Amino acid sequence: MDRIRAALRPETASIRRRLVAALLLTTIGSLVFATGAFADFLTPESGGSSNADQIDSLYKIILYVAIVVFAVVEGALFYSLFKFRAKKNPNAAQIHGNTRLEISWTIGAALILVVLAAVTFAKLSAIQDPPNSSASGLALAQGVLTASADEPSPPNGKKLTICVTGRQYIWRYTYGDGCKTNAFGLPYSYEEMVAPANTTVVLDIQATDVIHSWWIPKLGGKKDAVPGYHNYTWFKAPKVGEVYVGQCAELCGRNHADMTARVRIVSPAAYQAWIDGQRRSIQAADSQVQRLRTQLQSDGDL
Amino acid sequence: MATTDYAIRPVPQVIAHEVHAERTRARWIDWVTTTDHKKIGILYIVTTFAFFLLGGIEALLIRVQLAVPNNNFLTPEHYNELFTVHGTTMIFLFVVPMMAGFANYFLPLMIGARDMAFPRLNALSYWLLLFGGIVFYASLFWQPPEAGWFSYTPLSTDLFTPSGGQDAWIFLIHITGISSLVGAVNFYATIVNMRAPGMGWGRMPLFVWTILIYALLLILALPVIAGAVTMLLTDRHFGTHFFDPSQGGSPILWQHLFWFFGHPEVYIMILPGFGIISEVLPVFARKPIFGYKAIAASTAVIAFLAALVWAHHMFAVPVPTVVLGFFMLSSFLIAIPTGVKIFNWIATLWRGSIVMSTPIYFAWGFLSIFVIGGITGVFLAVFPVDWQLTDTYFVVAHFHYVLMGGAVFTIFCGLYYWYPKMTGRMLSEPLGKASFWLMFVGFNLTFLVQHAAGLSGMPRRIYQYRADAGWTAYNMISTVGAFVLGVGILLSVINFMRSYKKGAIAGPDPWKGNTLEWFTTSPPPVNNFDEIPRVRSVEPMKDIRRQVERQSGIEHETVAQPTAKA
Repeated sequence: MDRIRAALRPETASIRRRLVAALLLTTIGSLVFATGAFADFLTPESGGSSNADQIDSLYKIILYVAIVVFAVVEGALFYSLFKFRAKKNPNAAQIHGNTRLEISWTIGAALILVVLAAVTFAKLSAIQDPPNSSASGLALAQGVLTASADEPSPPNGKKLTICVTGRQYIWRYTYGDGCKTNAFGLPYSYEEMVAPANTTVVLDIQATDVIHSWWIPKLGGKKDAVPGYHNYTWFKAPKVGEVYVGQCAELCGRNHADMTARVRIVSPAAYQAWIDGQRRSIQAADSQVQRLRTQLQSDGDL
Repeated sequence: MATTDYAIRPVPQVIAHEVHAERTRARWIDWVTTTDHKKIGILYIVTTFAFFLLGGIEALLIRVQLAVPNNNFLTPEHYNELFTVHGTTMIFLFVVPMMAGFANYFLPLMIGARDMAFPRLNALSYWLLLFGGIVFYASLFWQPPEAGWFSYTPLSTDLFTPSGGQDAWIFLIHITGISSLVGAVNFYATIVNMRAPGMGWGRMPLFVWTILIYALLLILALPVIAGAVTMLLTDRHFGTHFFDPSQGGSPILWQHLFWFFGHPEVYIMILPGFGIISEVLPVFARKPIFGYKAIAASTAVIAFLAALVWAHHMFAVPVPTVVLGFFMLSSFLIAIPTGVKIFNWIATLWRGSIVMSTPIYFAWGFLSIFVIGGITGVFLAVFPVDWQLTDTYFVVAHFHYVLMGGAVFTIFCGLYYWYPKMTGRMLSEPLGKASFWLMFVGFNLTFLVQHAAGLSGMPRRIYQYRADAGWTAYNMISTVGAFVLGVGILLSVINFMRSYKKGAIAGPDPWKGNTLEWFTTSPPPVNNFDEIPRVRSVEPMKDIRRQVERQSGIEHETVAQPTAKA
């Protein structure tokens, strides 16, 4: 207690002031220089697909503006608190306002936001609209003509559609263009999606029970899976062999935390092989069930 | 305080007397049957503070569960119940009614009225709040709600959440909604009709301005949520399908209705806090509020825009890009009046003579925290960025910066500022400042790292996370911070209880306030004022003090008298 009191005495005030100034400087300094060193700490995940990278760079532009605004406003606040304490400044200036100043800071704030809005709209198409698949990607047919107008499509219309269906508490993926209209007979998988590299993959996101939200942070933003609606997103991942993880981001019940998802990026050839294998094993399982059913029926058990 | 010469100047003679009627019944009957706005105000404040402590305990349990990865301290069921009850309690049973409590006590005093316009309606409003809270908390003995404070359909329908807890939640919204609605009508009628002679709209205290707008927003928003939860109730029990997609209903309709209420609700919660700050800053800076008109007008503009931004909570649901763009721009717009307020508050401190008492600590604590919440709000308004941030801990951090800063710190500011008026006793300054520092440090420790957790992919409302997810350190820091924050709040509770009997006698006007509540005894008598003074400016107490000085022959020094513009 005495030590605290000593620290509050005027003779130690200059030490205290220097300490506070040093603290402030390190805080601001670390904020300014942190962008390189702690890029991950201050920015969203990115690196899996160009839409995630574009969101990340849009975020960084806002972050730089935000750091300046933060430093100016908090600086003015703490400067006033230190400088105009009753001890230092016994007489308060009786100012009621300053119309010109007030109008200028209103306009100043508005201008910053106009700039941010312009930057956002300038970057929007890179985030929303999928690019064409690369030559090294999966060879694709022309898109299905019945595709909905909401569904994003690359300029040449060639894309791989995967239907993502959320249900308590697992994600199901159905592969192939027809998955939206008739998923019957198409290859599917649960929890882990396998996707070809360098290929524009458009996801058609749906839900069968409650609302879920599809989110693989490194492959772009999240899109809610709402029963009765279709939602869309896309990714084009260049790195073969990467596994991107994520999990359901909308409360969907007690096991919400366990509703994880993985996206494994493989080479187009490996993708084709995997799809064929998946199709074969699903067919094998189906015919096995068919055999069992016939057996049970003939035995009179069913 | 002794640094200013105010201390040695004469104090205006207060003309208010307690009428001592002979006591014929027990004291508790007085409290139960009271229609006195001050007693109802105290009931409100004590009740909602109790709910605040309950909500805080729930928050600590949540933090304990999340402290380490793969923790099994709570089951997923209990975890979901806890965050549902925590959020609902803090919003419907703490912040909104706490502001109503302050308004009940101080609104009539500040405008020089003897009571509210409808004293019995006022009592009804309190008792409905209490019963709404009891109905809700009674569900703890059966099965508490677990679909979140937002109760998104279809999760909240009978198919996925059959328990009665969800119905208890619906009834809480109904009952506290009626409570807030009749309260709002009462505040509005009181402000419009019962101001002291001379108090035009341009001389109304800024706290009263914010309560006026608070009342208007409640009247606008509450019928919408009342309708929405009624539809949910009939969906759950009477076979309707408003929100059932398999029968032509829409889960997104619920979101629109909920957030059309939910976003104005945010401003319902923080505007009165802005009002408290606008009262406290000029008193302790010994300087008039900077830009009275701009602060009052920006309150109205915020309220107007608040009704136009709701879908920014829904950027990830299937909506057309043009809608996304509209709600991004409207959310940007609301940052402007909010920024104007912050600049005006800082300008109020600028060249002031700031008396560093506990209320001003909470006021600057609010300012420094709220600035961060406002800035992260701009990130979230940019919808492509929101696709990464929504439903993550970044959002949790954002709204705690806005609401803990904008509501909790301002409420504590108000409690420290007005406690002497309500009880006649001063609070302990060292204890108050210790409490502030613990709360301030604890708060930032808890929520600053949550931005980082969200940015690295941690979604909200998960009861467990894996050890290799990279969120362990963030969550540990957050949990430690939450307990520091809790200790800080506990110190204030001790302070409030200790000073009630032991605090120094406050006298009518311990802070040299500006508004009329300081023109009566502490605590004020039943009729508030024997005589209501004529109001000649925004700061009637300053006028009265000046008049007393003139009459007692003290030369009024000319301290840079203003080129008055306001």
